[in-house]
Amino acid sequence: MAIVNLHNVTYKYPLTETPALQNVNLRVKEGEFVAIIGRNGAGKSTLCYTLAGFVPHFFKGELTGSVEVAGMDASKSHLHEWVLNVGLVFQNPFNQISGAKYTVFEEIAFGLENIGVPRDEMKVRVEEAMRLTGISDLADRSPYSLSGGQQQRVALTSILVMQPKVLVLDEPTSQLDPIGAREVFGVIRTMAEQGMTVVLAEHKVEWIARFADRVVALHEGKIILDGTPREVLTSDLLLDKGFGISRYTSAARKARELGLWRQEQLPVTLEEAAEGFALTPNASPKRRCESK
Amino acid sequence: MRIEIKDLHFTYPSGVQALRGISLTIESGEQVAIIGQNGAGKTTLARHLNGLLQPTSGEVRIGYWDTRRYSTAKLAARVGYVFQNPDEQLFSRDVHMEVAFGPKNLGYPKERVEALVSEALEMTDLLQKRETNPYDLSPTWRKMVAIASVIAMDTPIVIFDEPTTGQDAATIERIANVIRVLRERGKTILTITHDMDFCAENFERVIVMSQGQVLLDGKANDVLGQEEILATTYVEPPQLTRLGKRLGFKETVRNEEEFLTALQKRWRI
Repeated sequence: MAIVNLHNVTYKYPLTETPALQNVNLRVKEGEFVAIIGRNGAGKSTLCYTLAGFVPHFFKGELTGSVEVAGMDASKSHLHEWVLNVGLVFQNPFNQISGAKYTVFEEIAFGLENIGVPRDEMKVRVEEAMRLTGISDLADRSPYSLSGGQQQRVALTSILVMQPKVLVLDEPTSQLDPIGAREVFGVIRTMAEQGMTVVLAEHKVEWIARFADRVVALHEGKIILDGTPREVLTSDLLLDKGFGISRYTSAARKARELGLWRQEQLPVTLEEAAEGFALTPNASPKRRCESK
Repeated sequence: MRIEIKDLHFTYPSGVQALRGISLTIESGEQVAIIGQNGAGKTTLARHLNGLLQPTSGEVRIGYWDTRRYSTAKLAARVGYVFQNPDEQLFSRDVHMEVAFGPKNLGYPKERVEALVSEALEMTDLLQKRETNPYDLSPTWRKMVAIASVIAMDTPIVIFDEPTTGQDAATIERIANVIRVLRERGKTILTITHDMDFCAENFERVIVMSQGQVLLDGKANDVLGQEEILATTYVEPPQLTRLGKRLGFKETVRNEEEFLTALQKRWRI
């Protein structure tokens, strides 16, 4: 059963000529972890806003086609219903922090307060969510006294605590330190395994390759590729369109020209690269002598 | 211009000890990357260089200037600072005015201001957007406006706080190019970054921070190869450095060229 179903979706922001999304068709199964890649301005954030109901309910503009998420229909449901089912982590954590709370703990409880969760349950859920994202030690700090990366973890936690059916994340690790970013991907993977549906816009292809089930490539508002991480991230089309690819894939491509990569498939993860590069290349001097 | 930091300590009014004894010298014309976990004190350190923060103890010298004796307004002529969040520094009606504000404020003659603005807009690919309000641009473009507005000030020292955050590969390449141009002009550059591949491919010296102190400081290859020490401050070596280690390369590689050379050497071709 698809929990997300976009059918022929075209969307134009108010006062713009070119649609930000054009004829987008996307079905996501419950518990699936889908990564969205694309260049700046490709429509990744707009797609996130559409899944979270911000398009069209908040941004207005012109939407055609049908958007169904977690049993809601964009043309009928109100934003307050979406909030109960879909969580959106913004690209910029500075925009997500409410400004109404003095401590990180209260900030994370803010969403639960708004939907009337009982105090005792709220406390348990906030503590559990903070433990999951590794920010328990920040509980009493002011959200504004934190570093960019710490704020980003707070923003993520404030959405996870709501336990949405569909979790939409717009570059949630952009300001995190490298191992922190990998850990957050791990947390998101765990949520997906527990049945949460995840749609994530990101540039970090190494972690997408390792953690996502499926990758969708957006280019100029259109979906140009949709498949497994390996299928999408090694596609020549990504190179033509100027997408970022992992250093593993790119090094293997060059090595292949030198006869130093002998597998048919290009690697997308460290493990695949290490395995492939460890094989004796076709063009080793000995083999070349034999063939002459 | 030289930067000299001696036994710098800084405690925020909240009591958080952000810097705990930093001593560093960055020579004129050096390009340095600062890496380390979130909350390690990277931004706090950078904010001492233009006097936004004053040492609790120790000292910071920009050229011969002690930052305690010069205002941020004065230091702005020596140190350009691109903030992590562009929204903290953009306020003008259009991109051109925004980029011209800094050099104008430094009192440069009109012709020089125009020349610097045009060049900065070209380097950041913003010429087509010069009449746009910065807040009508996407966050990633606003970051480019912030970069342009600082390089147009033509200061001897430029600080970039996480310039590649959220940028696509093409824009990261453009930022790398800005840094190359500034290097050719002999600028001293400090870049805070979490992007290890960007760090490895563009900087010769890398400083690693952890809990308000300098953990490692040295040549990029020496620093980025130390996987265990880096892990203590939540940093992983760049992709190809890790791959080289996995394959048992003796030397540390940090970019595609070094990786392919080592690979060829391994198979003796």
